[in-house]
Amino acid sequence: MPEIKVTPLGAGQDVGRSCILVSIGGKNIMLDCGMHMGYNDDRRFPDFSYVTQNGRLTDFLDCVIISHFHLDHCGALPYMSEMVGYDGPIYMTHPTKAICPILLEDFRKITVDKKGETNFFTSQMIKDCMKKVVPLNLHQTVQVDDELEIKAYYAGHVLGAAMVHIKVGSESVVYTGDYNMTPDRHLGAAWIDKCRPDILISESTYATTIRDSKRCRERDFLKKVHESIERGGKVLIPVFALGRAQELCILLETFWERMNLKAPIYFSTGLTEKANHYYKLFITWTNQKIRKTFVQRNMFEFKHIKAFDRSYADNPGPMVVFATPGMLHAGQSLQIFKKWAGNEKNMVIMPGYCVQGTIGHKILNGQRKLEMEGRATLDVKLQVEYMSFSAHADAKGIMQLIRMAEPRNMLLVHGEAAKMEFLKGKIEQEFSIDCYMPANGETVAVKTNPSVPVDMSVNLLKREMALGGPLPDPKRPRSMHGTLIMKESSLKLVSSEQALKELALNEHQLRFTCRVALQDPHSDSETLHRIYTHLKSLLKGYTIQHLPDGTVMVESIVIKVSSSAEDANAKILLLSWSYQDEDLGSFLSSVLKK
Amino acid sequence: MKLYCLSGHPTLPCNVLKFKSTTIMLDCGLDTTSVLNFLPLPLVHSPRLSKLPGWIPKDGTMNLEKELKECAGRVFVDSQPEFCLPERELLDLSTIDVILISNYHCMMALPYITEHTGFTGTVYATEPTLQIGRLLMEELVNFMERVPKAQSATSWKNKDMQRMLPGPLKDAVDVWTWKRCYGMQEVNSALSRVQLVGYSQKVELFGAVQVSPLSSGYSLGSSNWIIQSHHEKVAYVSGSSLLTTHPQPMDQSSLKNSDVLILTGLTQMPTANPDGMLGEFCSNLAMTIRAGGNVLVPCYSSGVIYDLLECLYQFIDSANLGTTPFYFISPVANSSLEFSQIFAEWLCHNKQSKVYLPEPPFPHAELIQTNKLKHYPSIHGDFSSDFRQPCVVFTGHPSLRFGDVVHFMELWGKSGLNTIIFTEPDFSYLDALAPYQPLAMKCVYCPIDTRLNFHQVAKLLKEVQPLHVVCPEQYTQPPMTQSHRSDLMLELQPPPMPYRRCSVLNLPFRRRYERVYILPELAQSLVPTEVKPGVSIATVSAVLHSKDNKHTLQSVPKPPPVPPTKKRKRVMEEPPVAPKPLLSGAVPLEAFLATLQKHGITEVKVEETADGHILHLQAEDTLIQLEEDGTHIVCDNNEPLRTTLRDLVLRFLQKL
Repeated sequence: MPEIKVTPLGAGQDVGRSCILVSIGGKNIMLDCGMHMGYNDDRRFPDFSYVTQNGRLTDFLDCVIISHFHLDHCGALPYMSEMVGYDGPIYMTHPTKAICPILLEDFRKITVDKKGETNFFTSQMIKDCMKKVVPLNLHQTVQVDDELEIKAYYAGHVLGAAMVHIKVGSESVVYTGDYNMTPDRHLGAAWIDKCRPDILISESTYATTIRDSKRCRERDFLKKVHESIERGGKVLIPVFALGRAQELCILLETFWERMNLKAPIYFSTGLTEKANHYYKLFITWTNQKIRKTFVQRNMFEFKHIKAFDRSYADNPGPMVVFATPGMLHAGQSLQIFKKWAGNEKNMVIMPGYCVQGTIGHKILNGQRKLEMEGRATLDVKLQVEYMSFSAHADAKGIMQLIRMAEPRNMLLVHGEAAKMEFLKGKIEQEFSIDCYMPANGETVAVKTNPSVPVDMSVNLLKREMALGGPLPDPKRPRSMHGTLIMKESSLKLVSSEQALKELALNEHQLRFTCRVALQDPHSDSETLHRIYTHLKSLLKGYTIQHLPDGTVMVESIVIKVSSSAEDANAKILLLSWSYQDEDLGSFLSSVLKK
Repeated sequence: MKLYCLSGHPTLPCNVLKFKSTTIMLDCGLDTTSVLNFLPLPLVHSPRLSKLPGWIPKDGTMNLEKELKECAGRVFVDSQPEFCLPERELLDLSTIDVILISNYHCMMALPYITEHTGFTGTVYATEPTLQIGRLLMEELVNFMERVPKAQSATSWKNKDMQRMLPGPLKDAVDVWTWKRCYGMQEVNSALSRVQLVGYSQKVELFGAVQVSPLSSGYSLGSSNWIIQSHHEKVAYVSGSSLLTTHPQPMDQSSLKNSDVLILTGLTQMPTANPDGMLGEFCSNLAMTIRAGGNVLVPCYSSGVIYDLLECLYQFIDSANLGTTPFYFISPVANSSLEFSQIFAEWLCHNKQSKVYLPEPPFPHAELIQTNKLKHYPSIHGDFSSDFRQPCVVFTGHPSLRFGDVVHFMELWGKSGLNTIIFTEPDFSYLDALAPYQPLAMKCVYCPIDTRLNFHQVAKLLKEVQPLHVVCPEQYTQPPMTQSHRSDLMLELQPPPMPYRRCSVLNLPFRRRYERVYILPELAQSLVPTEVKPGVSIATVSAVLHSKDNKHTLQSVPKPPPVPPTKKRKRVMEEPPVAPKPLLSGAVPLEAFLATLQKHGITEVKVEETADGHILHLQAEDTLIQLEEDGTHIVCDNNEPLRTTLRDLVLRFLQKL
């Protein structure tokens, strides 16, 4: 029986370096190719030696699909394609294709230039890798080859995030990537049709949380920023250039407008501004409200938010600054942090997850004295706030997606084992489907039971449909008999007569003749007529004909009567039928013997 | 399978395809050439137009002076312009299941079809087609509504009256069905029925038919459509282009192997080369400006204008036009320019890769930024204060009957310094200009129609090899004005099936196979036997389920034990009994005799006949006649023997 195999190389009971291998209908697909933020050694990337010990991956993979531009989903892509070696197609949406290389280059710079690592992918490798990318449009059915087709659905998590439906024959898998089931300030909600995949592979970052309403968190955020500004403090928001930054900008922009605030809001670095350009050009990927009004007012052309210059950091008075990177591990956000850390009026708001070892992680854990390079220590006096704005589906959202897609099996990745376990139980209970949560390197095999498509001759179909009565009644099953011809890869179902004709086979007639002797004083024709009336009363619902040439036909069974020359009363009944009427023929012969 | 043809206009088609159990409308084109029979609607009071004399017939019998005005020997209807709608009587529009739109020019009649007709179906279109189509409809409504005309002329439509009128009014057809423009409410309601689709998306209709749009290369989001079931394929080609302009290139390969290809929307200017026309456009524009004149370009607010602006972007500096103001005036000018920049997915590769930088795909963004191109919703408001001459004005409507263009015709028509350059191919420029005669302004006609020409279409058809081609009758003969040009028509083998307005064509389809699904349980129970090398057969007895146009075959259920209490009520239907299969092959004599022997039948007398052998089983007094294509068992009163013999014979035969 055919089966689908799923093996996570990363993101199996873990968050980070998402990379999931799927084997379906003889095709091998890699879903995402990410890096792990928490490691600096080999564990940073998925273990591609699982696919092949030596040589390139091209021969072992039919395609690679990237769900969105976050590095934990695409960070290992140039390493995989250029250093391990893969030349096949890599699919991603247009916005992902646009933004992914920028983030990769950023990542490379930090790793190689700042940390001085060697043996890392180069700028040229990023470019070469991006050349292998084939852009995907939403809902477009892309034929990877004759059998494998993929289709992207809106996932909402970040600009250009997609879920993919992968189909070979009648087997299919859906991979969600990261998704969000509630629309936010700039993106819409994930959506999928009732595609009934054999397996739904879903992220489960918030497997156990039912998040409080987004509005509350937003109000909280605005309140904190506002209070800090009111008392003349400076607010630092370390962000990554794309994604949450835009959402928070829209939030602040509308708040500033409504409250008529005058304190300046700044963006650091050119990248963030460039990022806003992407949002403007890919406005069709944002939420309905922004799309509808973009001609009158482009939400990504901010009135109150201006470009930052490092000299502004020393300006007196309140201000809000968005600066990269998001974990305070390097760059402008760190510089500003050092300047502002000493003043308790100031505030830093961390809007996302921070990896261990970063300053962001330390201050969130309440560390108040930081050792800086050299011997200097930094006293952290400013207020530290954490606000999660990351857009993942919560438990409710995951259940909602299952209801939408109606999968036959469920597989959880991109989450913590303990939380997954809880959600798994809930899913199995509520939907009565199997739910898997393989660890990295562990394979799940799911048996599928595909039905076999065949081409049925319309004549036969119509004949069978007509037998079911004049009106088609879906509740009443109709029987059907025919011959299936299997020739190479084609399967045709035709009537037996047509099969003989198509295969140029001659029909072999098998006939039986049976003589029954009986005594009857009537003449031959009268005997025949008595048999006729007898059968007529016996066999209701059969066509019985009395033909003028002295035969009785029951369906196609011939009955003749002759009398022997010696004794006119000794009649011989001649009964003749073909093999196709075997049941009736044998029945008649036994009836007539009595 | 039938095709109902509701429009006679080859580039503004409206056909209805009945395919399997679905009714599919292909496009919804609105023939606007009818407006040429009407007087222009001026934005500002025009003394010239209002003083035009009423038309008086020679014999003076009719009094239509109020409705008909005469200008330079032509007669015009003085009323709000009306459009020629797709035929609405040929079939019940409420039975239409879906409407497939191929591009934004071919959907302008949508509100007439979806509103007030009982239509309850779905409209499928791509996102650019919907958004730009909405803009064009809004513009049309705006043009009509901002200069309301009290008078509605209907007397001239009277058959007896119309007969007496001079041409072309006299020859106008179905004038009674002409309709005024719809309103915004109808537009919104019609467009709310649109469901968005992406290229190559497969949309299932009632499980019976799958439709899929393909890039057609003509305009933003323009598509051809594939309508197919598992065994039949119809390709609908409408407004396609092989030239490299801004849209994504045409997808040709997916059109292959169709049973029927419906071909519409070929170029209306088969002899005009678009590149040449573009060159002429630029040089005439530059010449006029240098001489101190103004240039008027009547155009639609989306489409070729993007290419014209791109061409000018490269041309402006080299032609020293850096200081000349370019104005684009339309109620939707801003929207059209903005929308063009956000559909990167639907653009050609070059433009697409620009957004990765990130830069706007069209250079008109830069023209606007540098203030070389300015856009206004109308001539009123800001425009009147910014207006500087000499200048270039792009504005609609290309028919010159309504929109801001009417104002510029009145303003600039009297000076020979000015030039009007026609770029849209939809209207005859002479007819368009007729109500403005006499005219001193220079006229240049460089129609740019990027749609397929006859040479390209012949090549395309050779490539994609449809079994049959259906096309408007206009394509099966050379154009009337160039009757000797046999290269300007379709010549195919077999010849294309022509249609005209109100035709109903029977499409040559023979449905021979239908896709059914054998459920796994049944599939496992089948026993295939090889009848020839590589060919196997299996007899199938199954229960057929048909639901939502999907057929599945299941195993015949075992008759459940009848509960004894319900014996009298025959609730259970008899389970269907499989009939005996047909047989094929032959029974070999020697092997058969050997088998008989094994079963204890030894006394066999074999007699050779012309066609085979007769076996006389002497002990049993039974005859078996073995022939190439038949076996006859004559056996009296010995049913066990007969069935044994039967089974032995069957061993040698294949069952079908």
